[in-house]
Amino acid sequence: MEITLIFWLVPSLIMFCCGVYGFITRRNMIAMLISLELMLNSVDINFALFNRYLFPGQMEGMFFSLFAIALAAAETALAIAIILNIFRKVKNVDVQGLDTMKF
Amino acid sequence: MSPTIPILILAIPLFMFLLLGLLGMKMSHKLAGWLGCLGMGTTLVLAYCTAYTYYFGGDFVGANGERLMSVVFNETWLAFTDKLVISMGFMLDSISALMLVVITTISFLVHLYSLGYMEGEKGFQRYYAFLSLFSFSMLLLVVATNIFQMYIGWELVGASSYLLIGFYYTKHSAVSASKKAFIVTRFADLGFLLGILVLSFTTQTFDFAELCGNPTAQVTAFAGKTFMGCSLLTWALILIFTGGMGKSAMMPLHIWLPDAMEGPTPVSALIHAATMVVAGVYLVARMFPLYLWSFDATTFIVVVGAITAFYAAMVACAQIDIKRVLAFSTISQIAFMMVALGVASEGEGQVCHHGLGYMASMFHMFTHAMFKALLFLGAGALIHAVHSNDYTAMHGLRKFMPVTHITFLIGCLAIAGIPPFSGFFSKDEIMAACYAWHPVIGVWMSVVAGLTAFYMFRLYYLIFWWKEHKIEHGHKPHEAPLPMLIPLVFLAAVSCVAGFIPFGHFVSWNHLPYDIHLDWTIAGISVTIAVVAIVIATVMYRKENPLPAKMKALLPALWDWCYHRFYWDELYMFITHKIIFNGICRPIAWFDRHIIDGTMDAMATITNKASVAIRGLQSGQVQMYVWVYLIGALLLCGLGVMAVIL
Repeated sequence: MEITLIFWLVPSLIMFCCGVYGFITRRNMIAMLISLELMLNSVDINFALFNRYLFPGQMEGMFFSLFAIALAAAETALAIAIILNIFRKVKNVDVQGLDTMKF
Repeated sequence: MSPTIPILILAIPLFMFLLLGLLGMKMSHKLAGWLGCLGMGTTLVLAYCTAYTYYFGGDFVGANGERLMSVVFNETWLAFTDKLVISMGFMLDSISALMLVVITTISFLVHLYSLGYMEGEKGFQRYYAFLSLFSFSMLLLVVATNIFQMYIGWELVGASSYLLIGFYYTKHSAVSASKKAFIVTRFADLGFLLGILVLSFTTQTFDFAELCGNPTAQVTAFAGKTFMGCSLLTWALILIFTGGMGKSAMMPLHIWLPDAMEGPTPVSALIHAATMVVAGVYLVARMFPLYLWSFDATTFIVVVGAITAFYAAMVACAQIDIKRVLAFSTISQIAFMMVALGVASEGEGQVCHHGLGYMASMFHMFTHAMFKALLFLGAGALIHAVHSNDYTAMHGLRKFMPVTHITFLIGCLAIAGIPPFSGFFSKDEIMAACYAWHPVIGVWMSVVAGLTAFYMFRLYYLIFWWKEHKIEHGHKPHEAPLPMLIPLVFLAAVSCVAGFIPFGHFVSWNHLPYDIHLDWTIAGISVTIAVVAIVIATVMYRKENPLPAKMKALLPALWDWCYHRFYWDELYMFITHKIIFNGICRPIAWFDRHIIDGTMDAMATITNKASVAIRGLQSGQVQMYVWVYLIGALLLCGLGVMAVIL
């Protein structure tokens, strides 16, 4: 049986849905960050797949996913820094408890 | 005439103002004072040169021997449209040359006098800077080539007068006096501005050379135009005269001048006796060719002047503060000049009695500037000696201050109209003009002249005689220092001889020189009245006696009314505080606070309430936002899919 595009897209979709679910349900900001990374990685997989199957002679999709990985790393570093600072201030990383500055 | 000297006459005082105003505080008192004197001295020399060239140079005499009006320079300053052009220039004619002499003389003497009088005062340099500003503004006013330049100078003298009245700005009374002076004159200037607008709108020009050089053409422009049953020309001239009423303290706008005495005494001598307050007279004299065409306007001037002269003379008889007496005397004398200008006209371009009143008015302006400045500077010397404005603190000073005594006496004799002092000659011309116009005005003004002699000698005796001077806390009154005595002696000398100047050769309504003849009947009457008044004053006030008190007890109401200046200030207070404040200001304030502010408050309240109501949507919970986003995205996807399917 030939392995077609759909065989790869289904796991990627499952990964994305897991990311969305985790992002919405987790209260811990670190867990939310991990869910975010899941979503990003599924998108990266999609880039690579579409490049491989639809435009085999070209490299744009590959490079795009490389850029996305680099950006995700930078964004994670920033998010971790913010979370650390929040933790130092309020000793808590529960996203629903952060309402000191609200109203 | 080259424009260099005229430009310097204006530029030096302005430069002195900037120099002393900006750098004065870094200078010592002495340096600032002498710099001011030096600047004014230079201006004095230049102005004398200019006046000499004008009167005696021969270049300014026309074919019939009349003195010409000469525009030395005239530059466009503001050009709004091709008609509405405001120029700045320097005009030389017989009255502006006269004023140049008067202003620079008095101003220089006051600069000199202040070296002694203001010695050691805080803000000495500021004082000299303001004096220079005033001199500049006044010179700008008198040499104006157009009515708008005059208006600019007019406002500038008002502003410098405000600054100088409020010189002792830590004193409450000085501050309110300066405010009062500014507001009252400013209110009058509104009339002046309206008059300028009416006049220039009809004649399409601001220029004095056009307005007064050819009055018939301007009068034609007004022909047939009336407003509320009075010709428009009369309205314009009366409105312009309103400005003069404010500056020259005519009734009912006189209330600021007595209070203006809160300023330093040399300032009173310069601004509130000799120069600024005659600006109104100068204005009417400048526009005289037009006033000749409106008998109603000149009659109005005569009536206002005659009432003011009598009123001020009455009030001056009952004042205690010597500067107030002199202030009311100034009001009265300026009213004399106004009446003289008014009686020079018979309407329809005809002059009355060869236009004698015009010459008499200018003559009196000249002599009055000299002897009134003398009296004020004398009063300054007295105040300097006893540190009080009231004659009750003076009495019997003649032995302590002989020079001040003699010069003050000369001033009193001059203002009372005793020959051969200068006031006699000028006042006699005014009387002759008044009798020629209407005997009633003549008699009325004679009575005022008698009152003048009476109150001046009442003042003189109460200061220098009455009783022995009481020396308080071992402080003996001393004669004034030399810089104060020189101006006194100089002005006294001028007051002795100024009457013999053949004034008709210099100033006349049609600029043709003519000889003055004294009318001996009228002169005789005037002198008799003056002598009788002086004798009455001598009997009443030379030695301490109960006569004045008895008189006071005999007519208590009259005394009260005179002492309280016929309750004019109270009347003004009543009108402003009770009627205007309660009737107009309070409803407007209520409208502002409740209707206008209320609308604004309502808008703010609505915005506030609405935002409070909907701000719950912005919960700040990231996960809720994601939910909303997700649902929205799914809905959009669903819509897209449905659109494709259908």
